[in-house]
Amino acid sequence: MKERFIFDPFVLPFLVGMAFVLLYCLGGLLQIVFQLPRADRLRFLKSLVTPKTAWKNIKDIFLNCLIHVKLWKRNRLLGYMHSSIAFGWFMLILLGHIEVMLFVPGRASLLYYPIFFNYFVAETETTLKGAALLFLMDFFLLIILIGIGLAMVKRVRSRMFGMRRTTRPAFLDRVGLYSLWAIFPLRLLAESTTAHISGGSFLTGPMNWLYLKIFGTGIAVQPVWWAYSIALCIFMLVLPFTRYMHIPAEMLLIPLRNAGIKIRHPRKGFALAEVYSCPGCGVCIDACPMSARKENLKDSTVYLNRQIRRGNERRIAEISDKCLLCGKCSAVCQVGVQGPELRIAQRSLRHYYIKPDFTAFDTESWKERLEGQGGKVLYFAGCMTHLTPSIKKSLTSVLAKAGVEFKIMDPDGGICCGRPLQMAGRKAEAKALIAKNREIILASGCDTLLLSCPICYRIFKEKYHLEGIRVVHHSVFLDELVRDGRLHISKGEESLVYHDPCELGRGCGIYEEPRHLLSAAGKLVEAAKNRSESICCGGSVGSLSLGFEKRKDITKASLQNLTAASPDRIVTACPLCQSTYSRYSPTPVEDLATTIDRQTTTE
Amino acid sequence: MDFGFSLSQSSTVNLDKTDLSLFHRVHEIEPDVAICMACGSCSATCTSSEFTGMSLRSVILDIQRGRQEEARKMLSGCMLCGKCSMVCPRGINTRRLILTLGRVFDGEDRNTRRDIRKEVRK
Repeated sequence: MKERFIFDPFVLPFLVGMAFVLLYCLGGLLQIVFQLPRADRLRFLKSLVTPKTAWKNIKDIFLNCLIHVKLWKRNRLLGYMHSSIAFGWFMLILLGHIEVMLFVPGRASLLYYPIFFNYFVAETETTLKGAALLFLMDFFLLIILIGIGLAMVKRVRSRMFGMRRTTRPAFLDRVGLYSLWAIFPLRLLAESTTAHISGGSFLTGPMNWLYLKIFGTGIAVQPVWWAYSIALCIFMLVLPFTRYMHIPAEMLLIPLRNAGIKIRHPRKGFALAEVYSCPGCGVCIDACPMSARKENLKDSTVYLNRQIRRGNERRIAEISDKCLLCGKCSAVCQVGVQGPELRIAQRSLRHYYIKPDFTAFDTESWKERLEGQGGKVLYFAGCMTHLTPSIKKSLTSVLAKAGVEFKIMDPDGGICCGRPLQMAGRKAEAKALIAKNREIILASGCDTLLLSCPICYRIFKEKYHLEGIRVVHHSVFLDELVRDGRLHISKGEESLVYHDPCELGRGCGIYEEPRHLLSAAGKLVEAAKNRSESICCGGSVGSLSLGFEKRKDITKASLQNLTAASPDRIVTACPLCQSTYSRYSPTPVEDLATTIDRQTTTE
Repeated sequence: MDFGFSLSQSSTVNLDKTDLSLFHRVHEIEPDVAICMACGSCSATCTSSEFTGMSLRSVILDIQRGRQEEARKMLSGCMLCGKCSMVCPRGINTRRLILTLGRVFDGEDRNTRRDIRKEVRK
């Protein structure tokens, strides 16, 4: 081992880039942390020193930022491409630091030393330590180079990587991309030029031999090292303004999420961390139900994030209004950007021209009526169930068969649960409705609130804070009745496919109970895409602007996915999905309650 | 004398004299407002009608006849539940229409880039 130099001017571009990116990220970090509401900030700081969450943070950052586990699960090539670059690069930097620590510990304070180690220090591959390190360096460089090769192929043939559509990179994204591609081949070239002095391994060794054969020893090696340093500099200078900002941002997003922080402001704090964490991979474009028939391709979450970063208010409004809020983009997102929540927050920024006035709603007569009735189970049918009376009829029939004493909160229509207003970003107006409904429920003296609409179910569960009252969806309630032996289902001959409604599946995490019920009532088959990746029926009340004709295409595409196994019947657990599908489906569509009602025998 | 019933006030609308500029403005943004055939499905299913007498059919008829005040007042009962858009036989995007109506009634654009910026800074 022999130290050749301590400094060379070619490290300057690298130092400039490094200093810029570090300062920028530090500024961004402080900005986001200080934008959090005080309570959230304290919670976040506390979670950082709590051993359990701290360990989870480290684990999640390692698995998601470096190894990209979720991408591996989606597609192996895609996973390899990302983890090779992320993990490989991380290892190169780590090994660089180890080399400095081992050979020249005195230089540890020099930022550029581990990066350009082979220029400054002549190592030898004749010692075990040297050979092992040189081999590892070449090994990880090879892994990255294969990853870069795959990245180039992906730009032309994204289908090989399981992606039908990818994002169109913006200009600066391209600059970042090409400089990233240039960094590693240039590193290989640079290290090859000095391998006969500083040592090399299976990659740099033969490259060096070739280099000497062609140019001899007389030629200066600085230009290649300059090029390598400049490529690094360009990448780091543009990083904050490109999608590569996700690299540092995700390392902040993961601890924030693990601390349980939620979006409180549409453009500040957690929302900002999410927007910057978007890697622009475009997995959400294929996932978005609106992209059926190659439409609305630029309205997926990846473009929302891009427009928020650019501050394009017109497009932000357009994208956030159009969305069905089905949440599939969040389910497939590699970094966990919450598309629906982010959009609801953007909607809340805008002025609501309609000044609703719900004070005239008379709840007294309701309370009186309910107080007079027995039964500890209160059934709230909700707007959508009233539109599909068969569900109400079947459910009340099943409940009667099981001997459940219940009362109906809204026999002839009631007050909206507030979820549509909440989805429209009208928090205050939704609260007014919640307060009205809450009064009635608390006065009814029930201990269980039963719902047949997942849209209602979600807001009752999340926002009503009904202490002492169990909020339950009918799929779960019926399943319990069956498990308790109060309902007896006879198995039918028909094959049934279950459609996971967005609000029930992705929204509330209920996947098993309806399937358990259906497998008892018939032959359960699965859709091509199901559970957390089920496709929205297109009827969602989440979209504020999507018209009838556009929804038709979405419904048809969704039906195609559902009937992949040619089932005799489509069963869902949401009145809205049922009414939307029945419009276009040749296969009969019904609610879970109807199926169970038909298959139950009275004891 | 109380007969137990009364006569409605005459509500003659003279289309030659009423100002229909508001309707035309709505029609520009939401052409669908013209294909409404006043079947009343929206009003029949309206969740809010029981409490506030809300009826989208009346709102549309009112603005077609220049009765803006009545329309504006009625709109404040909307809970935005979206049931009306599911039953409309003409496929009118009623929820978007309601939001557009509110905006046109207000008269000025309160969601300009500057307004949003102000809102963000709050």
